[in-house]
Amino acid sequence: MPSFSQVLTSRWGPILTGIAVGVLAPVLVKLGNPGNMGVCVACFSRDIAGALGLHRAAAVQYIRPEIVGFVLGSLAAALAFREFKPRTGSAPVVRFLLGMFAMIGALVFLGCPWRAYLRLGGGDWNAIFGILGLVAGIGLGIVFLRMGFSLGRSRPASPVAGWMLPGMMVVLFLLLVFAPKFGRDPQGAPVGPIFFSTQGPGSQHAPLLISLAVGLLVGFLAQRSRFCTVGAFRDLILLRDAHLFNGIVALIVAAFFTNLALGQFNAGFLNQPVAHTNVLWNFGGMVLAGLAFTLAGGCPGRQLFLAGEGDGDAAIFSLGMIVGTAVSHNFTAASSPSGPGAYGPAMVIVGLLVCIVVGWGMREPRTA
Amino acid sequence: MGQVTTVDARGLSCPLPALRAQDALKQMASGMVEVLMDSGTSCDNVTRIAQRGGWTVRVEEQPEGTVKLILKR
Repeated sequence: MPSFSQVLTSRWGPILTGIAVGVLAPVLVKLGNPGNMGVCVACFSRDIAGALGLHRAAAVQYIRPEIVGFVLGSLAAALAFREFKPRTGSAPVVRFLLGMFAMIGALVFLGCPWRAYLRLGGGDWNAIFGILGLVAGIGLGIVFLRMGFSLGRSRPASPVAGWMLPGMMVVLFLLLVFAPKFGRDPQGAPVGPIFFSTQGPGSQHAPLLISLAVGLLVGFLAQRSRFCTVGAFRDLILLRDAHLFNGIVALIVAAFFTNLALGQFNAGFLNQPVAHTNVLWNFGGMVLAGLAFTLAGGCPGRQLFLAGEGDGDAAIFSLGMIVGTAVSHNFTAASSPSGPGAYGPAMVIVGLLVCIVVGWGMREPRTA
Repeated sequence: MGQVTTVDARGLSCPLPALRAQDALKQMASGMVEVLMDSGTSCDNVTRIAQRGGWTVRVEEQPEGTVKLILKR
């Protein structure tokens, strides 16, 4: 009889991980997370950026324990199964920029690929255009991969480098628990260093320890099963390999039934939680996100799981994501339920141009 | 013994190890392909793609965390 670990690395691994996410994410919504936002790396990175004072959108500030759990759950699995391999050196600055633009695109849609699937599973049909954009962006990335695009090789690194992002996650968790305040300004508003929303999506969250436990479990499962919400379509198109894609189908089906069971399924385009109905920029934002994730080698969750395995380049991408969400809000590029932000479309176009320059400019001869 | 091709996929991000291995496999009707890798994910991906194409897969542990997959058909 195969062990649980062998099951997770078999064809059932992504399916089981998808079912776990599809069930647990709506449960987190039931317990307090914003609608269709049981898990969203873009939204949660944005909340963390706000909590750290990197942007001033008061409604989206909270240190999301799910993100901490993703990294530390993956770290635990990597240590347990001897896959913790500190490594770095593969175009870190380019990866930082890709992380930034991936988030700028995702926040024009209002969600990362994980949330796009969860929104679909919750009946938000606007997600269809986001997912179509995501697939288009992945397709564009595949064109560059076929032309020989590569960010170059990473090299083994000191364990210190591998522990950096997991260490930062522990610090984030401590900041969440202790929420230090260094005083108030003359108007009485807290001066930080940590800010928490008192209203809006940032104020809506499941109990801390439950969110952390779900993050740890998903991080553990996803590290073993190699779950990737971008690799799912990439491998299906590029390699004719449905291994990861099956996990996405499982996620959407599980989310649909769980939302139905919890009375959270709400089919339609209008009045969806933390979503807008602009078809063009739901699509366009995710084209940018899909392209940036494909060039960087995986979805935002996957980047966090890789960082948990000691991948310093994925850690840099993850930090780029947090900074990107702050840039997105500071430059009025993030969308709101009323539609795209004033500079969202322009930022998407700039991001696409940067990604195309990266994709075109970083080609290597296709030799073994 | 037939043709032997070596693919060095160490340090490459997904999906490049699988893509380069697949390219090498497509170029040969039979023979042997050696793929050097240093990540479990890449090993899983290349193994799956090779087995789907009717190649046998043997795993050889190498020093410093490198794994050599020997694919034969």
